[in-house]
Parts: sequence; C-alpha cells; structure tokens
Amino acid sequence: MAAEMEPPPLGDAGQTDFREIEDGEGFFVSTVTILESPEPSSPDPPSMPAEGISTNGPKQEDISLDDDPEDLFAEATEEVSLDSPEREPILSDGPSPAITPVTPTAMLTPRMGLGTAEMFERSLDELEEDESGDTFDMHIAVSDPEKVGDGMNAYMGYKVTTKTSMTIFSKNETTVRRRFSDFLGLHSKLASRYLHIGYIVPPAPEKSIVGMTKVKVGKEDLSSAEFVEKRRSALERYLMRTVKHPILLKDPDVMMFLESSELPRAVSTQALSGAGILRMVNKAADAVNKMTIKMNESDAWFEEKHQQFENLDLQLRKLHASVECLVCHRKELSVNTASFAKSAAMLGNSEDHTALSRALSQLAEVEEKIDQLHQDQAYADFYLFSELLGDYVRLITAVKGVFDHRMKTWSKWQDTQLLLQKKREAESKLQFANKPDKLQQAQDEIKELEGKVQQGEKDFELISKTIRKEVSRFEKERVKDFKVVIIKYLESLVQTQQQLIKYWEAFLPEAKAIA
Amino acid sequence: MYLLWDSWCGVCFQKLANIDLQHTICTFLLYIYIFYITIMTSTIDDSDKEKALSVSVDLNNDTSLLIDIPDALCERDKVKFTVHTKTTLSSFQKPDFSVPRQHEDFIWLHDALVETEDYAGLIIPPAPPKPDFESPREKMHKLGEGEATMTKEEYTKMKQELEAEYLAVFKKTVQVHEVFLQRLSSHPVLSKDRNFQIFLEYDQDLSVRRKNAKETFGSFFKNMVKSADEVIISGIKEVDDFFEQEKTFLLDYSSKIKDSTARAEKMTRSHKNIADDYIHISSTLSSVSVDDNTALKKHFEKLSDLFEKLRKVEGRVASDQELKLTELLRYYMRDIQAAKDLLYRRARTLADYENSNKALGKARLKSKDVAAAEEQQQQCLQRFNKLSESGKRELTSFKGRRVVAFRKNLIEMAELEIKHAKNNMSLLQDCIELFKSS
Repeated sequence: MAAEMEPPPLGDAGQTDFREIEDGEGFFVSTVTILESPEPSSPDPPSMPAEGISTNGPKQEDISLDDDPEDLFAEATEEVSLDSPEREPILSDGPSPAITPVTPTAMLTPRMGLGTAEMFERSLDELEEDESGDTFDMHIAVSDPEKVGDGMNAYMGYKVTTKTSMTIFSKNETTVRRRFSDFLGLHSKLASRYLHIGYIVPPAPEKSIVGMTKVKVGKEDLSSAEFVEKRRSALERYLMRTVKHPILLKDPDVMMFLESSELPRAVSTQALSGAGILRMVNKAADAVNKMTIKMNESDAWFEEKHQQFENLDLQLRKLHASVECLVCHRKELSVNTASFAKSAAMLGNSEDHTALSRALSQLAEVEEKIDQLHQDQAYADFYLFSELLGDYVRLITAVKGVFDHRMKTWSKWQDTQLLLQKKREAESKLQFANKPDKLQQAQDEIKELEGKVQQGEKDFELISKTIRKEVSRFEKERVKDFKVVIIKYLESLVQTQQQLIKYWEAFLPEAKAIA
Repeated sequence: MYLLWDSWCGVCFQKLANIDLQHTICTFLLYIYIFYITIMTSTIDDSDKEKALSVSVDLNNDTSLLIDIPDALCERDKVKFTVHTKTTLSSFQKPDFSVPRQHEDFIWLHDALVETEDYAGLIIPPAPPKPDFESPREKMHKLGEGEATMTKEEYTKMKQELEAEYLAVFKKTVQVHEVFLQRLSSHPVLSKDRNFQIFLEYDQDLSVRRKNAKETFGSFFKNMVKSADEVIISGIKEVDDFFEQEKTFLLDYSSKIKDSTARAEKMTRSHKNIADDYIHISSTLSSVSVDDNTALKKHFEKLSDLFEKLRKVEGRVASDQELKLTELLRYYMRDIQAAKDLLYRRARTLADYENSNKALGKARLKSKDVAAAEEQQQQCLQRFNKLSESGKRELTSFKGRRVVAFRKNLIEMAELEIKHAKNNMSLLQDCIELFKSS
C-alpha cells in the first residue's frame, strides 16, 4: 500500500543537518540529525516490504532504505550528545495496518556497544532537543455548538479553532466546523492505524443516545444544555490530547481534520452500520481471545506495568464514583440552599419586627448568592475533577488495549513458530518419502514461514519497545495533567471560600443591627 | 477527655466487632453518658455549653432556683436525665438535690401546666420533643451494609462521623430538656407551680402521676377538638387591636417558620453528605497514592490529607448551621405554637364571655335567673380581662425574647461561617503552595 509513495530525493540524505521528510500517508515526520546518508541498500530480511525504514549509523546492514525512506531518527553516534536528559523518545511508527510493520532502528547499532534501548532513547532525546525549534505550541478550542437541521436528522455542529505556530501547519489559525461523528471517524482511523502497534490513542468521547435524542427533538432545557456543554468540553480535551501525542499530531488525517473545510462523512461510526457490527464482532472475538491466550511474560517490566495499570484503573474508577457523588450532593446543596433562601425571604416578610425582618431578608439574599456559589462549585467539581478522572479511566482502557495487542502479536508469532515447526517435521517426513516436488513445495513454505517467524519476532519486539516509550510518555503526561487540573480545582475551591467570606462578612453588620 | 472517650470507644468497638450492629448501638449509647460527664467537665466544650443555651437567653440567672441536667443515660430508646436543682427557696426540702427523670415525665409536667386554669394567660414553654435517634441509627445500618466496599480506615472514619452524629443528637436532646426546665424556673409565676416542685423533688418514680393509656387517648382527642375550635375561634371578632395584630402575625409566621425549619434541615443534611463524600475521596486518594510510583504519589498523599482536613471543617459547618439556624427555627416554631395556644385560650374566654352576655340578655328577657347570669357574665369578663392582660405581657416579652435570640444566633452563625471559610481557605492555599512548588 505504501509502495505508491514517491520517495523523497535521496540526495538529501547526505546532509548532516536537519532533514524533513514528509509523505502523505501518515508517516512520521520529524526533524532529525542524520550524520550519514541512508543507503538504499538492498533490504535484508526478505519479507521487508517496500516501506521506508530507518537510517542508521554507518555500516548498518540490516537497514534498508526503501522507496519511501521513512525517517527514523535515532542514531546515536559519537557526535550526538549523550547526556541529554531523559525525555520521551519519539518513535516513528510503521505504516498502515495492512502491512507488517517495519523493523525500526532500534534493532540496530550493536556496534555502538550500548544497549539498543538506551541508545535509542538517548538519541531520541537529542532529537527532541532539536525539535525544540518547533516546540509543541498548539491550542485547540471547540466552541459554538449549533444545531444544524431538524428532527431526527439534526446534529450539533461544533466550531474547531486551531491556533498554532508550528510549521507543519499551513496556517497559524484555522477554523472549521465539525460534527460529532467526524470526531469519532478520526478516532477510528487513528485507532486502526496505531493501536495495534502499541501507540496509546486517546479514546473519543462516548456516544449517548439519550442525550442526542433530546437535542434532536429540540428540547431546550437545562439538561440538554448541560449535555451539549459536557460534550463540547470532552471533544476539546480529546483533540488536545490527540495532538499532544507527537506521532498522532503528524498524522495526515489529524491535519486534515483540523484544517480542511470539508470532511467526508464518517458513516462507519454509526452503531448499526456494517462497520459498527464488524466492530462489535471484533470486540467479542477479542474478549474471548484474551481469556485463552496465556503469555509467557519474559519481561518483568511488562508484568509490573500491567499490574500497575490494573490497580490504577480500579482506584480511579472508585475515585471517579466518589467524585460523581460529591457533584450530585453539591448540586443538591445548591437546590436546598435556594429553597431555604426563598422560605427565609417569606419569613422575613411576615416578621413584624422591622430590624429582624430586614435581617432575615438579608439572610435570604446571602443564601441565594451562596446557592449560586454552590452550583458553580459543582460545575468546577464536575468539569475539572470528575471529567479528568473519567478521561483517565478511558485512557487506561486504551493502555490496557495496547498491552492486549502486544499479547496478540506475541501469540501470532508463537503460532507462526509452531506452524513452522510442523512444516519442518512434515518436510523431514517428505525427505524420506522421496517426493521431490512436494519436498520442494514444503521447503518453499518453510522458507516463507521462517521469514514470517522472524517478522513476527521483530514485530513483537517493536511493539514492546513502542509500548515502553508510550507508557513512559503517558505517565509523564499523566503527572502533568493531574497536577495542572488539581491545582485549578483547588483554586476553584479557594475562590468559593473567598466568596463565602465576603458574603457572610457583608451580612454580619446586618445581623448586629437588629435592635 | 477525648482520650478517655477514644479508649472507651476503642474498647467498645473492639469487643463488639463481631457482634451485630444493634448490640453495638446499644452499648455505644450506654457509653455516651459516660462521655457526657467527661465533656461537661472539660474545658473543650465550654463553648458548646454556651451554644446550648443560646436558643433562649437570660435563663438560669436567678440564683434562688438553679436547674441543670448534668448527665444523662441512654438505653436503647429511653433516655434517663438527671435533673439537678440548687435552690435557696424554703419551699423545697433540701437546698441541693437530684432526681432521675424520663422524657415522659417532662411531658406530664408540661401537660399538667397546660391544663392548669390559672396559667391560661401564660405562654407555657413548649414541651421538649422526644429524643430521636432515628437518623443516625439508619445511617449506622447503611454503614454496616456497605462495610464490605470500604477500606478499613474509611470504615473507621465513617464510624467516627456516625458517633459524632449520635453524640450531637444526644446533646441536643439534653439541651432541649434543660432549656424547658430553665424557662419554667425563670418564670415568676410558673416557677412556683406545685407540679413543678414535685417534678424537681419527688425522689421516686413519677409514673404513678403520669398519664395512663386512657388519658393519653383522651388528650389526643382533646387536641383534635382544639384544632377544630381554633378554626371557629379565629373567626371571632377581635376587640383589641394588639391581639388582632398578634393573631394575624402568629398564624402567618407559624406556617412560614415551619417551612423554613424543614428547608434548613435539608440544607444541613446536604452539607453533611458532602462532608461524608470527602471521607470517601480522601481514603480513595490515599490508596491511589500507595500504588502510584510517579511524581504524583506525593501529590495524591497531600490531596488525601487535604480532603481529610476539609471534611472536618465541612462537618463543623454543617453542625454549626444546625445548631444556630435549624435549631433556632425549630425551637421558635414550637414556641410560636405555645403562643398560639395562649391566643386560643384567650379567644375561648372571649367566646365564653360573649355567650354569657347572650345568656344574660335572655335571662333578662325572661326575668329568670338574672342574678346567676349576671354572676356568670362577670366571671367571664374577669377571666377574659385577666387573660388579656397577662397575655399582652407574655406576648410582648415573647417577641423581645425572640428578637434577641435570633440576633444572637444569626451573628454567631455568620461569625462561624466566616471562621470556617477562612480555615478552609488557608488549608487549600497551603496545599496549592505545596503542589506548585514540587
């Protein structure tokens, strides 16, 4: 599939400075410092498809540069500063799903004498520093929900505004209109492309039949307004998370989504479409597979991380439930305070002692303001704290999905290996049976399978590597995210308390004035 | 003192960890009274004591008759109060004595006073409501059911909260009974009542004097008749402006204050719910932080701490609001009912007077029994005048009392809200500082 790619001029390869390669199929675009030219040497493993691959340090035989050189960076050569701080390595990813992924540079550089992983990471750090010329500077806002159309075919259109100074985008500021199914379509494309090779693709906000039906029907009440606001905010967070991922950012679908004014309608996201049903079947198959695959975990890191994420998942779900409870109770408090305020006002009216009557009316006013305060606090509780937790619960599901994909890859590899073994046995039997044509066939098959096995192994290693990086990036993001949001949330609590002080201090002289 | 309480609590709960919840409640309540003695002597709760008396001010100032309830015992549903009297009056046998009393004895005393003809022109202080442990008991039950889903420390914290709630209900009921007696003792007329004296002094069980079942039923019936009468009587034309005004005011106010009380209760309960939520959040955060090994670990710990502190403040907000606002409204709701009863009684005598006038007129027409009718009419008039006079006095002083109590409580509530909000703010700001710096 990728073979149709136009290879970039290989003459560029010789430069020692920054090169940018771009191709239209969602391949990773990066700036990279290459210290030697990638050689268009013949591909080593026979099964390597015509995909671009890594450039590497000189004399790397197993690299093959192809028609589409895909720029993988990471060469740590001596010139590269190796003491760059530990940062998230940016990994290039393989091509679209239909093709088996390409072995990355990570496999290479044994001659450096360093462990491939560390080298890789360090060189990637170096890369990131280079990349700081084009630092992550993007802001996406989702706003202006507008109902388009009428009746059951109506939908909400959202305005998506992208402000950025990054050079990969054609304009500094773009505005497009999108609908919810567009977002879902984007996510499904990204998921099909990246999930199975180990990238954590942020999940899209969930469909909600009840909510949307209310909107479609045109019910203009508080709950549907809240629903639209909730969705808008969720879509904004979804987009921000997606573009924060350096690889997903460069995906042409993402860029198309953000920039082009018209998008093809993503019909496959509908629940009852063919694609939808296929999805459901796949989900069921996956669930069964998960139970039957028993993987020999050779890497303790994965075991540990898997367990960690399971625990985190449980805890976050519990926390989420508690916070939802809090939101609910705070809303209740607001309602009860409002009703008390009304009744205090009536009490003040019927009180015949003038000063006390005035004080009671003031009390009613204070309580009314306080009820508004509680309502605002409930919104902050929800949009800051509760939604953060909800997002991370879904993200962790994506992470677990990625771990599952690794398991699947492993199992595929093992299956291929078993098949190879069987074929070998069959071949040895055939040797004694003396059937030359069948023998030849068997030998061909074996050669093919051997290639496949190697491929499977490489895939497995690749996905493991990718996951390691992704997880570390994820953790860093998580730390940042939580910190920022929690500070915001605490500040909202502080503000509420400040307002409370103000209101009660205003009331105090009134109360003292009762004679 | 709290240490004492904690150790008792600990013993109690440890022992009863395996026994079912009902027993736990039982024994727990038994231990409350021990606690009560301890807190009464501790300085920590002096402010609480002051709070306790604020619904009705200026009580217990007259040293000739000082009443208080120094301790109380709770068994199952029954609360036994120890009523302690210190007096310089010669009408009592001893200058300093205590008797045990039950809630029903208080009700008997109240009803006896209400039924005394002579006090018809007085506002009889409202009877204290029955001790009601229903709400904390229900919560305890729910907690028992939900025990499996919580961590150990969460469960302990929730239990602590519940204990605090039980204690609050207990303190309230003691306070309300105490205030009832103190209002009687500070009233110039009622303090001299014979039944009151018996109540204070009689060192044996008062049950012989209490209503038996038949009488209780009779009083229920009487109440029904009274309400029907009330409707009729409120239609009587009032001769006196003052009473006309009072009547309109009290009828209107009484319904409004009932409404306010109910809503204030709901509001307070919501506050308590939020405080409870903070407990769950705090404990979940601490379990998250245990598992986490990123930089977030410390943050989650701090956050968990913060929520724990916040919930204590929220709990105080809830209970202060309860005491200052809800209790205030509740008390005056009952007091206004007592004032309405006074008006009713007076209206009844007015009706009687008007009836006796008519009877006199008829007698004069028939020239029969004129003297008796005249006598009757005079009596009615006298009674009516007496009631009007004392009624006016009582109602005026009632209004004064009410205004002062409202003022005091509203000021205290505002001050406490400010104090708690400031507390919250400083806790939150400290936490934000820590977050930002690390």
